[in-house]
Amino acid sequence: MEFLSKLIVFMPLAGFLIAGMFGRQIGDRASMLLTSGLVSIGAFLSWVVFTDVISAGNEYSVHVLNWVNSGDLSFNWAFKIDTLTAVMLVVVNTVSSLVHWYSMGYMEEDPHKPRFFAYLSLFTFAMLMLVTSDNLVQMFFGWEGVGLASYLLIGFWFKKPSANAAAIKAFVVNRVGDFGFALGIYAVFLLTGSVEIDVIFSSIQNYEQTQMYFLGGEYHAITVIALLLFVGAMGKSAQLGLHTWLPDAMEGPTPVSALIHAATMVTAGVFLVARFSPVFELSPVALTVVTYVGAATALFAASVGLVQNDIKRVIAYSTCSQLGYMFVALGVSAYGAAVFHLFTHAFFKALLFLGAGSVIHAMHHEQDMRKMGGIKNKIPLTYIVMVIGTLAITGVPFLSGYYSKDMIIEAAYAASRPGAEFAFVMTVAAALMTSFYSWRLIFLTFHGNTRADNHTFDHAHEGPWTIRFPLIVLAIGAVFAGAFYKNQFIGEGRFAFWNGSLVTSAGDVMDKAHDVPAAVIWSPFVAMLVGLSLALYFYRPFDFMKKSDLPARTAQTWDGLYAFLLNKWYFDEFYSFLFVRPAFWLGRVFWKRGDEDTIDGFGPNGVSSLVAGVAARVRKLQTGYVYHYAFAMIIGLAIVVTWFMVNGGGH
Amino acid sequence: MFFLENNLLSLMMIMPVIGAAILLIIRHKDQEIEKRNIRQVSLFITFVTFLMSLVLWAGFDNGTAEFQFVEQHSWIGEDISYYIGVDGISMLFVVLTAFLMPIVILASWDSVQDRVREYMIAFLILETLMIGVFTALDIFLFYIFFEGGLIPMYLLIGVWGGMNRIYASFKFFLYTLLGSVLMLVAVLYMYLQSGTTEIPLLMNYNFDVDVQNWLWLAFFASFAVKMPMWPVHTWLPDAHVQAPTGGSVILAGVLLKMGGYGFLRFSLPMLPEATIEFSWLVFALSIIAIIYTSLVALVQEDIKKLIAYSSVAHMGFVTIGIFLLNENGVEGAIFTMLSHGVVSGALFLCVGVIYDRLHTREIGRYGGLAINMKIYAVLFVLFSMASVGLPGTSGFVGEFLVLNGSFAYNSWIAFLAATGVVLGAAYMLYLVRRLIFGDLDKDDVKAMPDLSLREKLVFAPLVIVVLWMGIYPNSFLEPMHASVNALLETHFSTDTSHAAADIIVSPAGR
Repeated sequence: MEFLSKLIVFMPLAGFLIAGMFGRQIGDRASMLLTSGLVSIGAFLSWVVFTDVISAGNEYSVHVLNWVNSGDLSFNWAFKIDTLTAVMLVVVNTVSSLVHWYSMGYMEEDPHKPRFFAYLSLFTFAMLMLVTSDNLVQMFFGWEGVGLASYLLIGFWFKKPSANAAAIKAFVVNRVGDFGFALGIYAVFLLTGSVEIDVIFSSIQNYEQTQMYFLGGEYHAITVIALLLFVGAMGKSAQLGLHTWLPDAMEGPTPVSALIHAATMVTAGVFLVARFSPVFELSPVALTVVTYVGAATALFAASVGLVQNDIKRVIAYSTCSQLGYMFVALGVSAYGAAVFHLFTHAFFKALLFLGAGSVIHAMHHEQDMRKMGGIKNKIPLTYIVMVIGTLAITGVPFLSGYYSKDMIIEAAYAASRPGAEFAFVMTVAAALMTSFYSWRLIFLTFHGNTRADNHTFDHAHEGPWTIRFPLIVLAIGAVFAGAFYKNQFIGEGRFAFWNGSLVTSAGDVMDKAHDVPAAVIWSPFVAMLVGLSLALYFYRPFDFMKKSDLPARTAQTWDGLYAFLLNKWYFDEFYSFLFVRPAFWLGRVFWKRGDEDTIDGFGPNGVSSLVAGVAARVRKLQTGYVYHYAFAMIIGLAIVVTWFMVNGGGH
Repeated sequence: MFFLENNLLSLMMIMPVIGAAILLIIRHKDQEIEKRNIRQVSLFITFVTFLMSLVLWAGFDNGTAEFQFVEQHSWIGEDISYYIGVDGISMLFVVLTAFLMPIVILASWDSVQDRVREYMIAFLILETLMIGVFTALDIFLFYIFFEGGLIPMYLLIGVWGGMNRIYASFKFFLYTLLGSVLMLVAVLYMYLQSGTTEIPLLMNYNFDVDVQNWLWLAFFASFAVKMPMWPVHTWLPDAHVQAPTGGSVILAGVLLKMGGYGFLRFSLPMLPEATIEFSWLVFALSIIAIIYTSLVALVQEDIKKLIAYSSVAHMGFVTIGIFLLNENGVEGAIFTMLSHGVVSGALFLCVGVIYDRLHTREIGRYGGLAINMKIYAVLFVLFSMASVGLPGTSGFVGEFLVLNGSFAYNSWIAFLAATGVVLGAAYMLYLVRRLIFGDLDKDDVKAMPDLSLREKLVFAPLVIVVLWMGIYPNSFLEPMHASVNALLETHFSTDTSHAAADIIVSPAGR
């Protein structure tokens, strides 16, 4: 099994190196088959490891190579395989292999296929390093590695200025999060003397009362650590405040959005908090913050998703919102529910993205839903799987999203921690909005009369089997993953299943969630129905319904609110005003006023103008040439040498 | 082998001098053949020196903090001797110097056509002097190498430099003059006071505390200019912009490390009380340097200036690390210097590649290089990532150690310095976007060919080292442990006092 885990992690790296370095030599087809083949084998092996870990309860560490030793600090390249890791392995590799195959069809006309597949495999490798890490620093390696892959893939079509801007934004905003993550690592090391997960967990209880100086104040040490790590999680998982990069990341090719910006990378923050649940559990303050941020994100992103017109951006905000749900679950200590939602969300959100990709493929790279409509009979398979994905995300009973999402909402109600009530209200409201924008997407894209031009509409068609096959697999997952695994992730079997890799205990919030009033249990269902009804009322998708211009009229009536939502609560404008423009302005001031006027003015230029006018001085220099200076120095050295020779003996 | 081992360092210093002598007598009636021969001899000599540095590394005993490969011969008067040797702090700098030289020679193969002989001689002499700086164990010998190294550098900038080379070398001169005069006074004073010029003895000589402050400031003036630290950094962008590619590589790769090395060799062990006294000053200047120069780098339009400003920011991490006086900090600082030597050298070589093709350093004149210079684009992105400290590359390890050390010392330092990590990503990626990405719409840029075989050979070793240092940094950290440990334990009341400072254990705890 140890060898298997190495194979799983390093096969994508091999794929990346071969396709990246020799892609031109071995050709497009070989590059695609090689990378996809390796990741597919990895996916199969991941299920083998997963089965082994959960059935036999196996947990182990795998040492790969020493990394850094300096003073008391030491850490290795090493894997920690337990249930949480195994779940992540399965999610990452399954989605990644499907996306690899899908991309063969989707990227068919792109001239840079080896590069694209190399990046996908690089991403997979970095993500696997992240989820298997046995220490914080390797996790940070994976963390920044997926950031790099994301940067490269968002900017894959690097001729487009918008793609480049989005790529930089993604990297830099993530770095703000990484800044917090890194400080968190240092704080953990300062407190526990180690960055290795097992060592941290075995000693963290001892520091429950410990205080730490941080930035001039004296705070509860574990809270400081948890909040710093959470800043990292916020960046990667696009939580409110550090979310601005995610919608722009849709500039990348659609398979990338499905893999990185829906199913895997953006869930790394959730994984981080879940992995460190023994630490977060000791800081109620940090968990409260997590709850508030998650709940606010869930509502914020859903509200923005209501009015977006780009099909991918709707799904991107939906992802952002669903990540908020996961953080709510983490915040109320329902860690299993968070990872369960991560698991089911990977299926239905990857499905929605790949479905959207299929639509975009069919519509000749049109992403604006205002130019779609009426294509459900043109691409029936895509239509069916998208509806399945929508049913799953909106929480229709017995589909995967129903189990995970309702669990979160119920847990939020059952929890007694500050912020939990707020989270309950927000998540129910967000559930209503989710239902509305998800169905709006379906209605605008597939129903009604088409708004596409005739040529595009006539030529709309399903993609090749490489596109269709992943959609079918994911649709199956979106339907059944919830029902099949609910007992293990969040039910009675969860203690044996998680086996200590998450904080779980009898009588915890997930047990209490079973006893909530019926009104609470029904609330997400009702919210879903209301959202669906509103979407039906607004967009009149079926032929027998009377057409209406209600959406346009509503937007006009509430034009302020509409603009506010359409412009994403003006976060980008605000950050540009607060950070981006001042940074450039300061840079210019420091350069021109600081370096050139002040330092040079009083320094070298000032000195030379004291001796003579600068101009005269420079002219003299040019005739004198620099040899003079070299000569002067040699003379100086000679004088000193002589001085020593003469006086060297006596002092 | 006995002779080789006993005289390895001297041989490494003599080798380039012999090479320079050979270059003087190379004559051929065909100019081109003569130039070719000169280049080949230079490459051969520097390569042999590099191999010798590997022997040095292989023969280095990681287990001791004592100086190794020591040679001592009486020289001038009774006190000044030819006394050289290496310890864990200096050894890898010697290797770095010897490693970069053949790369620089190879990189200058086609771009330097005027006065090839003099150019190569200047580099070879420079190599001798640089190795001398890192190996000298006599304070006066050190001074000669330290100041002497500037002469070939002046010449390289002044003769083979760009349009504004006179102004640049003048500025370089003015700054360093001030520093070196003060350092000379300090060196003389120390000699008169202690009666010895041997660095190992001076390291254990206890100077009077009042005097220490003055001596410390005198050394600081010299080393701070060399680093360079804010606000005495403004010579660096000009010097880089005007220097030929090879000069920039050595300037960034080796000469900037002399300041940091000087702090470690002189200020810390010889003037420990003053070091603690003034550490706040160093932290303040370093943090300003990191934030200030990162912001300035963001708005540069000249590629070389941008990288030069980024160097100042990186050196800010180095000075912070050195004065943290804990193992993570000092080892991180040394590691950062080594890494920066390789990465910034590589970045200046990257600039050289496109400068040779288009003869401009203006960022706006390029764009879309990923289309017609694919290999170049990959390398540029890789080195940029190393520069921003992506884990898995050399840039990460040093920064991580320094920041980890600084968090234990004072979380404000870590917090403020770490903002440089965000800003670094911003200015570097902004540069990459303008050079490498975007559409290829300029006709002269379209005509630029991808890397030649020679250029690939130049970059291959740099790529290997950048990844090696990132993936298995212990190769580089292990030689440092003993010496760094000894430095801190002998002169400072060890690292633990700092590490524990920020933790308060309440009575109920533990």
